[in-house]
Amino acid sequence: MEEIVRDTIIGEQEEYVINMGPQHPSTHGVLRLVVSLKGEIVKNVQPHVGYIHRGIEKMCETITYPQIIHLTDRMDYFSANINNEAVALCVEKALEVEIPDRIKVIRTIVSELTRIQSHQLFWASFGMDLGGLTCFFYGLRDREKILDIFEETTGGRMINSYNCPGGLMYDIHPNFQKRTREFIKYFRKVLPEYDSILTGNVIFRERTAGIGHLSLQDAISFGITGPTGRASGFSCDIRKHEPYSAYDRVKFNEVLYNEGDTYHRYLARVEEMRESMNIIDQLIDNIPEGPFAVKMKPVIKLPEGEYFQRVETARGELDVFIISDGNKNPYRIKFRSPNFVNLGVLNHVSRDFKIADLVAISGSLDLVIPDIDR
Amino acid sequence: MDKKQLGDFVKSLEPNAEVKEGKQYAEITIPPSGLHSLAKKLRESEEALFDYLISITGVDYGKELGATYHLNSTIHGHIIVIKVKTPDRENPVLDSVTDIWASAEFLEREVYDLLGIRFNNHPDLRRLFLDSSWGYPLRKDYVDDINIVTK
Repeated sequence: MEEIVRDTIIGEQEEYVINMGPQHPSTHGVLRLVVSLKGEIVKNVQPHVGYIHRGIEKMCETITYPQIIHLTDRMDYFSANINNEAVALCVEKALEVEIPDRIKVIRTIVSELTRIQSHQLFWASFGMDLGGLTCFFYGLRDREKILDIFEETTGGRMINSYNCPGGLMYDIHPNFQKRTREFIKYFRKVLPEYDSILTGNVIFRERTAGIGHLSLQDAISFGITGPTGRASGFSCDIRKHEPYSAYDRVKFNEVLYNEGDTYHRYLARVEEMRESMNIIDQLIDNIPEGPFAVKMKPVIKLPEGEYFQRVETARGELDVFIISDGNKNPYRIKFRSPNFVNLGVLNHVSRDFKIADLVAISGSLDLVIPDIDR
Repeated sequence: MDKKQLGDFVKSLEPNAEVKEGKQYAEITIPPSGLHSLAKKLRESEEALFDYLISITGVDYGKELGATYHLNSTIHGHIIVIKVKTPDRENPVLDSVTDIWASAEFLEREVYDLLGIRFNNHPDLRRLFLDSSWGYPLRKDYVDDINIVTK
């Protein structure tokens, strides 16, 4: 009898290297992953970044603090308001300015709306990465409603530049409260649909559950924050640990899971949308009266020293570290952006999984490339 | 521990560390030779337990180049700032802390890329954002040929 000769699969004997990106639909931007494969199994992932490096930190050294606000929008453009808030809070902390309640409450509401729209976009694009195009339309349909609210109040849809040192650029639009309430009511009704499309879907769960496991110990060592870290049980929510703005007066739960796989990273974000709605509910009906901005000096000069401010963006911990020499522009400003640090774990979590899983894993880290490159 | 206790604690670990109580956190200045051993002690001692490296910021101080480390303990919740400065601008070298915190691999590559500080024992020290033909843009003596950024 003739011996059956098994077909050899190219690359099964030795590792070979392919480029994923810089233009690849699942990287959501210009990120190049150099992937070493053995057969279909991922052995090593080397991210190559810098395609849209603009040198924001260098530019900031030559411009004034109110101008820096406009550059921070362009880092993580899905958390634009929260990035603005980080710089505004850091400058206010340095100048020891007392901020009225009205500003704090509005900032918190706007930040939580930002978080919801960011997670909606994550949900939309993550579903699309895994082959469910319906999610993309549903997610963007609902996200438009928040962007409309932003447009009315701030004048911008994604790039808002709404928070500035000393308060807000403008007061809220008269329709703001009404439309936000309407949106929350609408989105509460719609969110179960999200679950029935994706969360309970068998194919989706097969693709994500148990894939790309990240342990708590590794999450802390790699500094993985945001919903990605919290899915591994790393309690890293700055809103809880170092409350800023109005987070000390609202009740909400920190979404924590212990599993740390792709599915729970997804689930953490869906749950966070519910928590964000709870926060907005507690604040939207009683926005205190008062001014929308504190009078600041026309030229803001920070006293000499070092100032560090931590905030929680939709993707994790953003830190602004300003070293001031007493001038109107910073001597050195550093943005510890969450996506940059989170990218560092990609090789660790995707090793020994299939190349198709790499799309799911990198999707679940929810990377925004301009925030990595800065 | 509050910042005073942390300062005293570091002083007991490393007598040649310079301790300053900053506005927000305890600020420790340490010569480059003592960085790695201090970092290891801070990570491993039960009282401090700094298991989370928040960020590494490379800074050009003019005469010196340096790095500032922000450390956080997820168990105790305290934060400490460690500063290292090296006067050698031609060939600045610090010790890598990648064996203590995995996140340092990317953070140190960023510092190397933008300030040209090399890290001993780093597993994969390459330029990150920029091409190897670029200078080190975050240094204060960096000259921008296209002249987009001037002060």
